[in-house]
Amino acid sequence: MKIKNLSVSFIIIMAAWLLLNWSFQVEIVLIGLILSLLLSLLFCSKCQLFSELKLTPKAFAYTLIYIFVFLIELVKANIDVTKRILSPNLPINPGVVKVETTLNSKMARLILANSITLTPGTFTIEIHDNALYIHWIDVKNSDVTEATEILARKFETYLKEIYD
Amino acid sequence: MEIIQYLGGALLIMGSLSLLIASIGLIRMPDVYNRVQTGTKASTLGAILSFLGVGLLSIENWSETNWIGRVIILIIFIIITNPVSSHILMRAAYVMKIPFTIDTKVDKLKEDIENKVLEEPKDE
Amino acid sequence: MIKYLILIAVAIILMSLLGGLYRFFKGPSLVDKVVAFDSITVNSLVLIGVMALLTGRAIYFDVPIVYGLLSFLGVIVVARYIQGGL
Repeated sequence: MKIKNLSVSFIIIMAAWLLLNWSFQVEIVLIGLILSLLLSLLFCSKCQLFSELKLTPKAFAYTLIYIFVFLIELVKANIDVTKRILSPNLPINPGVVKVETTLNSKMARLILANSITLTPGTFTIEIHDNALYIHWIDVKNSDVTEATEILARKFETYLKEIYD
Repeated sequence: MEIIQYLGGALLIMGSLSLLIASIGLIRMPDVYNRVQTGTKASTLGAILSFLGVGLLSIENWSETNWIGRVIILIIFIIITNPVSSHILMRAAYVMKIPFTIDTKVDKLKEDIENKVLEEPKDE
Repeated sequence: MIKYLILIAVAIILMSLLGGLYRFFKGPSLVDKVVAFDSITVNSLVLIGVMALLTGRAIYFDVPIVYGLLSFLGVIVVARYIQGGL
């Protein structure tokens, strides 16, 4: 467990260092290796952040699919909100609905809430256990199960494969 | 390399139009919650598209500058931080009890607080 | 040609900065002002990026990274202050 946390944080810090420098000379890579090893030992020797992450090829493929699905949803929701803003009589229909997830891990809930927040039109106000309270700019259905079906299902199915 | 330049320019124009739409939404929306929705969220896509355009336009002097990596870092950074800051703003507005607009249909959070399912949100 | 495209984009971004400024001075509540500040920040991030492109200096592109980080911290601190527990 500890090795997994350390290695994931090491890979993230190393990738950030290489992207910031964007050169692959020997000195830069060596300094990056030493720095990211030190930083991950310093800050992530006790953390439990990535212990629920599955490191299988299937989970990796689902991560890529998830990013793709998320980008498509982002563009679709942006077009929808643009239509609402630009139409003269401002057709909004806001309200706060409740959504219940079936995800168990904390990290997966965090990613779900952030994805819902990043798509325009929906917004997580409060999380309490497995209930998410979402401000929705156009309430189609205020029932709990129906709202879950519309808002969270498309992200949940992929997140279930990545985290467990 | 002409095509990459024009693609970058088009992305930059699309991103700035998206930023403009976000700002129109910031002016027109009736209450705080809808303003947070349109103001900070539509500007996320605008910033992502604009920085992609800037990165593509900078490719022409590839050898000296190292922009693409920084553009990727900046985009990942915006995607991670933007929902966090706007969520905490929205929660602050709810704690301050700023009223919803009249059009608001349901408020499940208030119903659940009244039914004692969960206690009122406050600072932890 | 490309230069004109970039200038048009700068003009559009300046117009959206004006919208943010309107909400910043008008905003009825404190949260409105913070939202407007956030929007102004994102617009000026993009403007600094375009400035770096126009002057052709890569070192200007470090500014948006640090500025984005600082404004994120600023918004969080103000929001915590509004909630009552800093």
